[in-house]
Amino acid sequence: MSLADTLQEPGAPVPGAPARPAAALRPRRNDFLYYGLRNKKLVFGLGLEILLVILAIIGPSISPHNTTDYFKLNASPTGANWLGTDFQGHDVFAQLVNGLRESYLVGALGAVSAAIVGMVLGFIAGWRGGILDEILQLLTNVIVMIPSLVLLVVVGAYLNTRSVLFEGVFIGLTTWPWVARAVRAQTFSLRSREFVDLARLSGKRPTSIVIRDIAPNMASYLFLVVILLFGSSMLLAASYDFLGLGPSGVVSLGGMMQNANLNSALFFKEWWWFFPPGLVLTAMVASLLVANVGLDEVFNPKLRES
Amino acid sequence: MRRFLSRKLITYLIAFVIGVTVDWGIPRLIPGDPVQAYLSQFRLQPAGYDALYKTMSEAFGTNGSAWDQYMHYWQSILTWNMGVSIGNFPARVTTLIGQALPYTLALLIPAIVLSYILGNRLGAAAARRKGLDNSVLPLGYVFQAMPYPWLALIIPYLLAVVWHVFPLSGGYSNSLLPTWSWTFIGSLLTHWFLPFLTVFLVSLGGWAIGMRNLVIYELENDSSRYLRALGARERVIRRYAYRNASLPQLSGLALQLGVVVGGNIVTEIAFQYPGLGKLLYTAIGNKDYFLLQGIFIFIIIGVLIANFVIDLVFISIDPRTRLSMQGAPA
Repeated sequence: MSLADTLQEPGAPVPGAPARPAAALRPRRNDFLYYGLRNKKLVFGLGLEILLVILAIIGPSISPHNTTDYFKLNASPTGANWLGTDFQGHDVFAQLVNGLRESYLVGALGAVSAAIVGMVLGFIAGWRGGILDEILQLLTNVIVMIPSLVLLVVVGAYLNTRSVLFEGVFIGLTTWPWVARAVRAQTFSLRSREFVDLARLSGKRPTSIVIRDIAPNMASYLFLVVILLFGSSMLLAASYDFLGLGPSGVVSLGGMMQNANLNSALFFKEWWWFFPPGLVLTAMVASLLVANVGLDEVFNPKLRES
Repeated sequence: MRRFLSRKLITYLIAFVIGVTVDWGIPRLIPGDPVQAYLSQFRLQPAGYDALYKTMSEAFGTNGSAWDQYMHYWQSILTWNMGVSIGNFPARVTTLIGQALPYTLALLIPAIVLSYILGNRLGAAAARRKGLDNSVLPLGYVFQAMPYPWLALIIPYLLAVVWHVFPLSGGYSNSLLPTWSWTFIGSLLTHWFLPFLTVFLVSLGGWAIGMRNLVIYELENDSSRYLRALGARERVIRRYAYRNASLPQLSGLALQLGVVVGGNIVTEIAFQYPGLGKLLYTAIGNKDYFLLQGIFIFIIIGVLIANFVIDLVFISIDPRTRLSMQGAPA
C-alpha cells in the first residue's frame, strides 16, 4: 500500500524532463558508472542487497540443518540451532534462509509481470488515446477497486496447491495499474513531441516508434518503477503468507510469522521465531529503496547532491 | 461544470455496475455448494436432508438460473435487503455489517488521517532542513520497508507481553459484555490503541517521503523560481510549494480512505479485532455468499464515494480542474 503511493505520481519527482530524442544527448555509460560509484546511497543499498542475495543463494547450503530436521521444541538460540527452533522443533535459521530465497523469487515474478502488463496497456492507452484509452482507464479503476486479497482467496480455492509462480504472477496482475497509469501519462506527453512526429512522418510503424523512440525516454524511470515493484511485491507476499494464503508446502518469511502468531509465540516470548524473518525482510526492502534513491540521483543530474 | 460532473457520474455508474456484477459473480466462483456445506454441520436423515436442502435453497435463493439470481441480486441491492448470513444463520447481513463497521471506522480513519497529517508535515519539514532530512529520510524508508505483519507482531510483543502496558488482542476484554459503561469504554480504548499504532506507523513513512520528494521537486519548479526572482520571502515560496505538493498526496488519501471501508484484513486478523476485515475473512472461510456480497457492496460504494468527494475537493482547490471543465486546454 505504502509503496504504491510513491509509484502513483510519476509526473512529479522522477522523470527529469526527457524532452530530447534519446540518442542525441545520451551520456556515455561511463558517466553513470562514475556517478554511481560515488553515490553513497547507491553503494550502501546495493551492497546490502547483494549480501542478502548471496545469503539467499548460498544460505541453504551453509545452514547446518534442513528445514525438515527435528530438534528440541521451542528452544531458544544455541550454538547448534543459531536462531533456535519452532513449535515443531524445526531449525529457524534454516527456514529463514529458505524463506529469503522464496521472497526474492516472488518479488521478481511480481515485479516483472506487473511491469509487462502495465507497460503494454499503458503504451497502448497513451499512444492510441480516444475510446480505447477510456476503456483501459475504466479497467484500471475497476482493478484498483476490487480487493485483491479477496480475489486471491477465491482463485486460490480453485487450486489444490498454490505455487510460488502463482503467488508472484497474481501479485503482478493486481498491481499493474500503478505502472499503467504512469506509463500512460508519460506516453501522452511524449507522443506530441517533434521527434515523435518526425518518426511518424518517416513512416515507421507505431510499435517501433513506441519501442525505439518513446520507451528509451522513460527507460530510467521504468527501471526505478520495477525496483519499487520488486520491493512492494515482497511486502505484499509477506501479508498474503501471513494470512495463510501463500504458496503451499513452501517455507516463506511471512509463513514463519504466521506460524509464530498462530502458535502463541508472542505469549511464550519466543522472539527468535518471529523477529528475524521480519527484520531480514525489512532490510531487503529498505536497501532496495535506498539504492533506488541513489539510482534516481545517478540517472537524473538535477537531483545530484552538489 | 455540469458536463464535467455528468461525465464523472457516468463513469462512476459504469464502475458501480461492473463492481456489482463482479461482486455477484465472485462468490459463485468459489467451488462447493454453500447450502450443502451449511447442512453438513448437522446429522440428518437422507429424507430430511433432501427436504431441508430444497427449502434452504429456496430461502437463500440459490436455486433458479444464473440470470434469475443476478436479477434478484440487483433487486435486493436496490431495496437494501442483503439477506441472511449463512455462517451465522439467523443474523441479517446488514446487522452483522452494522456491528463490525464502527470498530473498523474508529480504528482506520483516525490512523490514516493522523498519519496523513503528521507524515505530510514531517516530510515538508524534512525538505526544508538538511539536518532533519538526514534522520527523517532513512527512518521513513525503514518504516516503508517494514512488512506490516511484522510490525503487528513486535509492537504487541513489546507493549503487551513484555511491558504489559496494553492488552494483546481483541476488541474489548473477554470478561465484559458490550454496554455503555465507563469500564467497557476504557476496555475499548486500551484494545484500540495497539492496532491503531501499527496502522499509523506503517503508513507514516510513505506520506513523509512522498511529501518530501514532492516539495523538493516543487521548489525547483519554474513557478518557485519566478517567485524567488520577484523577491518573495522563502516562507511564501515554501507555502506555495507545499500547497502544490498536496494535490498528488490528496488523491493518494482518497484511495486509502476508500479501502478503509473494507477494513484492514491483516490488522484485524493479527489483533483479532472484530471489524469488517475479520468479518470478511471468516465469511470467506464459511462460504457465506450473502455476507461476502454485502461487505463487497460496502467496499465498492465506499471507494466510489471517497473518489467522488475527492473529485469535488479537487474542483474547489485546484484551479486547473475548473479550467479543464470549461473546455480550455489544461
